[in-house]
Amino acid sequence: MANKKVLMKGNEVIAEAALRAGCRNYFGYPITPQTEVMHYMAKKMVQIGGNFVQAESEVSAINMVYGAAAAGARVMTSSSSPGISLKQEGISYIAGAELPAVCVNIVRAGPGLGGILPSQGDYWQATKGGGHGDYRNLVIAPASVQELYELTVEAFNLADKYRMLVMILGDGTLGQMMEPVLFRDEEPIEKIEKPWAAVGRGGREKHNTVTSIYIDPDDLEAKNHELQDKYKYIEENEVRYEAYGLEDAEIVITAFSTCSRICKNVIKQAAEQGIKVGMIRPITLWPFPKDIIRETAARDNVKAFLDVELSAGQMVEDVELAVSGKKPVHFYGRMGGNLPTQKEILDKIIAIHNNPNEGGRG
Amino acid sequence: MAVVFEPTKGLTDKPFHYCPGCNHGIIHRIIAESMVELGILEDTVSVASVGCTYNSYDYFACDAVQAAHGRAPAVATGIKRTLKDKIVFTYQGDGDLASIGTAEIIHAAARGEKITAFFVNNAVYGMTSGQMAPTTLLGQVTTTSPFGRDASYQGYPINVSELISQLTGAVYVERVCLTDFKNIQNAKKAVQKAFKVQQAGLGFSMVEFLSTCPTNWGKEPVESMEWLKEKMIPQYPLGCFKGADIDFSKKEDAQ
Repeated sequence: MANKKVLMKGNEVIAEAALRAGCRNYFGYPITPQTEVMHYMAKKMVQIGGNFVQAESEVSAINMVYGAAAAGARVMTSSSSPGISLKQEGISYIAGAELPAVCVNIVRAGPGLGGILPSQGDYWQATKGGGHGDYRNLVIAPASVQELYELTVEAFNLADKYRMLVMILGDGTLGQMMEPVLFRDEEPIEKIEKPWAAVGRGGREKHNTVTSIYIDPDDLEAKNHELQDKYKYIEENEVRYEAYGLEDAEIVITAFSTCSRICKNVIKQAAEQGIKVGMIRPITLWPFPKDIIRETAARDNVKAFLDVELSAGQMVEDVELAVSGKKPVHFYGRMGGNLPTQKEILDKIIAIHNNPNEGGRG
Repeated sequence: MAVVFEPTKGLTDKPFHYCPGCNHGIIHRIIAESMVELGILEDTVSVASVGCTYNSYDYFACDAVQAAHGRAPAVATGIKRTLKDKIVFTYQGDGDLASIGTAEIIHAAARGEKITAFFVNNAVYGMTSGQMAPTTLLGQVTTTSPFGRDASYQGYPINVSELISQLTGAVYVERVCLTDFKNIQNAKKAVQKAFKVQQAGLGFSMVEFLSTCPTNWGKEPVESMEWLKEKMIPQYPLGCFKGADIDFSKKEDAQ
């Protein structure tokens, strides 16, 4: 498949990308709509001598991830919303013990058992912590199958570099979608030494311990400061987004992943009607691209923002924080597994164009 | 003068934080001595759990990973699958292994994970101050069974070794106690056999230690030992439930 375009399903591309990134450990539990990630791993891991374990639960799967990561391996799990909720215990421990791992969430509609169709309703859970304690995950939201490939490889590098969990946030559409993907001959794998790993002392003077417990409050506070310093560095260095049309846009759309694909087409249709629309598409949901949104809100040509999501409005709160009252922020969302049509979004744009200060949030 | 006894190199110099009369110290020592005697100290990763032994890694001189409550067998699975030639053991109490971690222990055993679980059963939650455990005896008073465990209200004790021994993937399961020198020697033999089973790649191994908790039982250390013998052993009989026939003096088992 080297340097050749192939047609593949999003979920399978995630698995293939992980293998190319040197991941030889996968632990998971079946759930729709991420199934193909697991099927692909079940076959390929055995063929290449890696580890594939179908765990008894999501709780167990993430703890296997914790163990393999503690032993210095590149490791991944994948699931979908209800399963990711179960993984939150382990994700908090991974953050506390500073372990590198990749976790894929092919989001489905909730709350509760919800449905199996696409949603972006896990934005809050993914970006605001999810489990207990003060911590962050690096959250990446690819918008195409090609990006699923490239960003999954990158996720492993980032996980190792920062010793933290990197979450790939997709949705049922992206996971099930088939698109051409161009694989590289060689992956840009950053080899990072892990002298902290618990691999057996092997003559080392002191034994290594991987833990997240600090009984002394001063020790725990110091640990938390270390984590916060790391997160601050990441906020300053790892923000990724795609922006276009901002220099003359009257309305700026904020949307990520699947939603941004729909909005791209709407922008063309709006232009045909003489309405200039730009877009900021966050690629990292955390760290959030707040600076570009703040700068855009200060532009004279920009009259209003429109945030489009497959939820009741979650990322829009981060957009509002960045816009900071400088311009009205409008929202359009669909839920339950429904996608907005291009017409629905275009109608919203026309309404904002006619009256940018009416119908916004707050 | 000739040195006749030295502390094992399997333990660090840090003094135990365990209560007087608690058996964790003895269990730690025989595990540590076994690692040294089998020559595996440098190749072992221990998995600490949640409870009184959350920081067993402060005492065991091998590499270690601390696990969430009940999840040690899953964490050990991740480690062992990654480090196939290393020895991996969990150290878990009865609240950890027999309550919140039942799924993890049963499935690790069922998968035949080549790990060893050291299971310490003292019929009570220790660290959180004496609540009823799944292993609490009928009639036993705890902070959450203040009128004694009543079967019609709180159900029955779980005999973990008997349960695990039913699984094909579990190849060696033995229950021991530490009430006297003979039993301690026997417990140490069980620890070594469990490690050897893992070294030989035969499958899952587990040693259950009946242990005392004078603090939460409200008894003196000596009285606690007597209570263990009189009350616990009838409910939890000592013995090998699986793998009694594995004999490492025989060539085929040693390979």
